[in-house]
Amino acid sequence: MGAPAVCLEKKLHRLPRAAPQVAVTMAGCAKRCQQGLVKFASSLHKLITGTLIKDKADDDLEMTTVCHRPEGLDQLEALTNFNKRELQVLYRGFKNECPSGIVSEETFKQIYAQFFPHGDASTYAHYLFNAFDTAHSGSIKFEDFVTALSILLRGSITEKLQWTFNLYDINRDGYINKEEMTDIVRAIYDMMGKYTYPVLKNEAPKQHVEAFFLKMDKNRDGVVTLDEFILSCQEDENIMRSLQLFENVI
Amino acid sequence: MAAGVATWLPFARAAAVGWLPLAKKTMPKPPVDNSSKSDEILYVNVSGVRFQTWKNTLDRYPETLLGSSEKEFFYNEDTQEFFFDRDPEMFRHILNFYRTGKLHYPRNECIQAFDEELAFYGIVPEIIGDCCMEEYRDRKKENQERLAEDTEANEAMDAPLPPHSSSRERLWRAFENPHTSTMALVFYYVTGFFIAVSVIANVVETVPCRPPKGSVRDLPCGEKYQLAFFCMDTACVLIFTFEYLMRLFAAPSRCKFMRSVMSVIDVVAILPYYIGLVMPENEDVSGAFVTLRVFRVFRIFKFSRHSAGLRILGYTLKSCASELGFLLFSLTMAIIIFATVMFYAEKGTKDSSFTSIPASFWYTIVTMTTLGYGDMVPNTIAGKIFGSICSLSGVLVIALPVPVIVSNFSRIYHQNQRADKMRAQQKVRMARIRMAKKGAANAFLQYKEDRALGDSDTTALCVKNRSAFEYQHNHLLHCLEKTTNHEFTNEMNYSELCTSDSAGCRTSRSTSLSSQQGATDNSTGCCPRRARRRAAIRLANSTVSVSRGSGQELSTLHTKTPQSRSSLNAQTVDLKLNCGAPDFTAAIISIPTPPANSPDDSPAPGILRNTRATAYTHDTFKISSL
Repeated sequence: MGAPAVCLEKKLHRLPRAAPQVAVTMAGCAKRCQQGLVKFASSLHKLITGTLIKDKADDDLEMTTVCHRPEGLDQLEALTNFNKRELQVLYRGFKNECPSGIVSEETFKQIYAQFFPHGDASTYAHYLFNAFDTAHSGSIKFEDFVTALSILLRGSITEKLQWTFNLYDINRDGYINKEEMTDIVRAIYDMMGKYTYPVLKNEAPKQHVEAFFLKMDKNRDGVVTLDEFILSCQEDENIMRSLQLFENVI
Repeated sequence: MAAGVATWLPFARAAAVGWLPLAKKTMPKPPVDNSSKSDEILYVNVSGVRFQTWKNTLDRYPETLLGSSEKEFFYNEDTQEFFFDRDPEMFRHILNFYRTGKLHYPRNECIQAFDEELAFYGIVPEIIGDCCMEEYRDRKKENQERLAEDTEANEAMDAPLPPHSSSRERLWRAFENPHTSTMALVFYYVTGFFIAVSVIANVVETVPCRPPKGSVRDLPCGEKYQLAFFCMDTACVLIFTFEYLMRLFAAPSRCKFMRSVMSVIDVVAILPYYIGLVMPENEDVSGAFVTLRVFRVFRIFKFSRHSAGLRILGYTLKSCASELGFLLFSLTMAIIIFATVMFYAEKGTKDSSFTSIPASFWYTIVTMTTLGYGDMVPNTIAGKIFGSICSLSGVLVIALPVPVIVSNFSRIYHQNQRADKMRAQQKVRMARIRMAKKGAANAFLQYKEDRALGDSDTTALCVKNRSAFEYQHNHLLHCLEKTTNHEFTNEMNYSELCTSDSAGCRTSRSTSLSSQQGATDNSTGCCPRRARRRAAIRLANSTVSVSRGSGQELSTLHTKTPQSRSSLNAQTVDLKLNCGAPDFTAAIISIPTPPANSPDDSPAPGILRNTRATAYTHDTFKISSL
């Protein structure tokens, strides 16, 4: 099915006191004065004629936003490498956290931050979110979530490495350059927090990136392509072994 | 949602037989319904309460969870039923919606819980029936206002200043929230005092004082002590002008600030003085100048910055503007009517005070508000009759909008009270969250200590009953450590490393507050590597006088007392380490446990105890089963 169902997103109605303070220019001043005058005249008119303010319930009500209902269980089972029971478990957890069926970036960051209380996980969560959100819609639906998990937990080596390459390639141009890698590595180091042993130096991410490029960049052109990445990873015993690590997570 | 339309579909299709004789072309083939099961009873188990319903009932609303294929995710093969882990009481209402087509809002339920249930089952609240819609909307609006108040109060009041704020921003903040700094508080009280002085001076100025020698007439004090009053006025105006200019300078948006009510009041309060300075000692003009002095009384409105009650009153009047307008309008109508009637009723009598209709306005107003001065009284019978009708109607017209205004005021006032309470509670809540976070961070360190022990058969203390979730979470953190080739430590070890490796060391002054509430674990009995290092530092620090005063924290030492392992009975031990920065403190919550007096204990009692901290439970987190 997958037809988008209409459900709710709460919108808080702020009391009229707090107005956001924005920078103003002199050009807008005259227009605002005019608008203020019009408003004043209309409110005076309302006062004189004694019209009671209509119930502002219409703009108080929540905006109905489109939330998502996932594909049927059978289709999802066909699309991914999970069986029905696993999908059920996954969906129940997902639905509990986000009854509307979609995860926004904020929620994703909050959820991820709870696993790493030592440091700041928001930057890395941002990159992760972009990797999950393949359609770049700004929110993760259950299908995106479960497809990514299927690749990461049940996919082939090549698929996993491809997903990881996508994660590192922030601007999706097919190449990982040093700046992207530095951003990712710095984000990972941020998650460690401040109290580490040995003490975290500022050059540590850079050194890490240098070592990484030394290993991965075969033709020394300063960028890592997908093939170089997959090739280099397949040569490394440690990486190959650790890719099997998370297979029994669900 | 096409409610009962789905059930009428077979009827509509059957009635299509009537078209067959008239049809010009052949009818298209009907769609084949593969899933043509006969109607069956579905079992829905909501937290143990079993509901049964026809499948068709649920299929009525295909855009909800129960009506779509989404419910397949909740199907339990073993028991052949749909299991939902939700509130069974609320589910009753949800199911009734499917049965009757009308959604009712249960009055004794929390509005947010109800909304969450609706969101879970994919039902839009707009379809709540008219019988319950009013109640639902009111409760919802009240709740939203309350939440908006709270978030507003939170972010407005105690948000710490961004670190690189200019002096202008700091100044503005000091003006808006005087509780943030002492200087601001002092200035706040000084301006308040001067407002009071100015208002009292204005009042006392007009009181008649004893006349000076050689005069009979009573003089107002203002003229007798003219110089004194002038000096006081000057001082007040100087302070007010200074305050206004500072506010103008600090305001983020000067245009907007100049248009705000408070700034207008400020200007109006100080302008008469300057105009008086400029104006020449002219007889005709000074008359107008005296009138201008009336505006000095507006200084009393400056108190609204200092008094929340006054602000609430002003806000209430603003929010009740429509009711007040209605009151005014209806009163005006009534006044005109009755004044006209009274004028024509009293026209005949001579020496009547009702000389014109506008003159009768005064009588009508005084009578309608039940004042009744008695300076104008009707003499004719008709006049008296109409006069009594006038006073009766006056009571009614005024009494009507007043309760609305009163209820508005009471609601706003209570909201304000609640905001203060929420602020106090928020502090406690934030402290608790910080503690829980610290506990979670230290749970992992504890896990590492235990793991370093290896086979934990020897020391039964290291074996903790960890859940599968904890194991997996700790494994995840361990993976992160291996990725970055750095290990997590706690603040104390970090400070020790500070002394040994001064380069690149970051001071942790800002987190000393959180560290006092945190728990650390120094289970030297479990981890030999750490124990060796700690013993070395201990020996080095044994000559350090623990109670080195730097005026910042108290340095109390608690000796060992047998205590329970609960984290609530924590005692703080403050230690000052020589770590470069002299006022760096590290606090340890020590929970001495009797069996932890392992032979590895330090010879010097009381400096560092073998402690074990309990990990805080994870129930403060809402982490899903992933």
